[in-house]
Amino acid sequence: FPGLADVSISQDIPVEGEITVPVGSHSPDEDYSTLDEPVKDTIMRDLKAVGKKFVHVMYPRKSSALLRDWDLWGPLVLCVSLALMLQGGSADSKDDGGPQFAEVFVIIWFGAVVITLNSKLMGGTISFFQSLCVLGYCVMPLNVAMLVCRLVLLAGAGTISFIIRLIVVGAMFAWSTLASTAFLADSQPPNRKALVVYPIFLFYFVISWMILTFTPQ
Amino acid sequence: IACLVMYLFAEFDDAANLLAANPDATTISIDEPVEIPKNQHSRLQEPGREEDDELLGTDDSDKTELLAGQKKSAPFWTFEYYQTFFDVDTYQVLDRIKGSVFPVPGKNFVRLYIRSNPDLYGPFWICATLVFTIAVSGNLSNFFIHLGKPTYHYVPEFRKVSIAATTIYAYAWLVPLALWGFLMWRNSQVMNIVSYSFLEIVCVYGYSLFVYIPTAILWIIPQKVVRWVLMVFSLCLSGSVLVMTFWPAVRDDNRRIAVATVATILLLHALLAVGCLAYFFDAPELEIPAPIIPAHNGTTVITKSH
Repeated sequence: FPGLADVSISQDIPVEGEITVPVGSHSPDEDYSTLDEPVKDTIMRDLKAVGKKFVHVMYPRKSSALLRDWDLWGPLVLCVSLALMLQGGSADSKDDGGPQFAEVFVIIWFGAVVITLNSKLMGGTISFFQSLCVLGYCVMPLNVAMLVCRLVLLAGAGTISFIIRLIVVGAMFAWSTLASTAFLADSQPPNRKALVVYPIFLFYFVISWMILTFTPQ
Repeated sequence: IACLVMYLFAEFDDAANLLAANPDATTISIDEPVEIPKNQHSRLQEPGREEDDELLGTDDSDKTELLAGQKKSAPFWTFEYYQTFFDVDTYQVLDRIKGSVFPVPGKNFVRLYIRSNPDLYGPFWICATLVFTIAVSGNLSNFFIHLGKPTYHYVPEFRKVSIAATTIYAYAWLVPLALWGFLMWRNSQVMNIVSYSFLEIVCVYGYSLFVYIPTAILWIIPQKVVRWVLMVFSLCLSGSVLVMTFWPAVRDDNRRIAVATVATILLLHALLAVGCLAYFFDAPELEIPAPIIPAHNGTTVITKSH
């Protein structure tokens, strides 16, 4: 290489350094290895996170904890328990009964996915799983309503029990919608808030309808 | 030739449809600013075509056409491409709903409200609301009709939700597809003044279904006359939106084909309404005062008629 004839590397330039690339900020979880801890610790950590989110839903203040550390355990537990509680409804024939387990499951998850997609397509800044997490956790008041409804139905199925159930389901429906709106509406541009809130309203309305129309055998 | 070029561009850009409205227009590519304002065009046309402009909405501002050429440039596999179909604000959606419920005679819904910004938000969520409204109203109506009977046991009839969903979504998406295909085919035979993109047709169909939502709620009233009056009323409203949209698109065609197309559109629309009423809402029972025959166990028998 003729052009490089006069290039020489001085002997006293040290060639040294680190090969490893420093990783950015360590999150607290990675400061220690979680492989050696007792199983109880692992499970309790996740359970505490889920429990904390339940508390956030019960008292819906605008807090970023629910949004930041999303998880789908809570929604799964809520969805499965709601679908199980909706079983055992009246069915004279196979066709005219209440929703099957799969129908409840699909409505909740598919509905949540569609609402999340809608929110993102309208220009929302929330991430996909954060939105699923919020919508799933906010089903909790309706789970409480379902529990109350089943207890009331044990006592009787007359008009008074229907009125009680209507009031309870109505109140829980309002609570769910307000709780999820409190978390989700802020991530939307202001001139589209109503467009994003309406599907959430429809979603919880359908779930409330399923709960209200549950009639035991 | 210029019109053919514009026609090809229409596949990729809805705004081209507006510019292709007048066959005598100078060829204008999408990226250049519109050189001749639309107002001059309407003055140059014969008087017989003035109602065309009304229906086309070309007397409206042309600044929307300037901006319309810059939409939908993302490739179809990116998320941004689909975001352009949801680029509507609350007031726009409410305006479009208002336009479908109160159709202004002579005004074309697509030109007046859509204006080359078709959205998928309206059609999708109006269909979803309609599905659940019909299912819930049908269930409630059946509950009230059968309420007094001793043998009646309330069932939520959840199976009907899936049936309602399939029917309404199929109607709102497959019929526009068929109609769009048909209009494209006719466009290749006869040069039409007005041609719509697939999304605009879906938009019109979606918003025209909105008037069925309050109708379905009012169908809870268990009177046959009331239900049929409501049905005819809502059919007129939503049918007129569809007719006023699609008549300009087929008017230049063979007269019989044009009439047959519009008649088919209306027929399918009516079929949807009648089918929903018949399937989801049980017939209310008429109580005829006479004769009341006391049965052997002492209860009166009321004659039923469907």
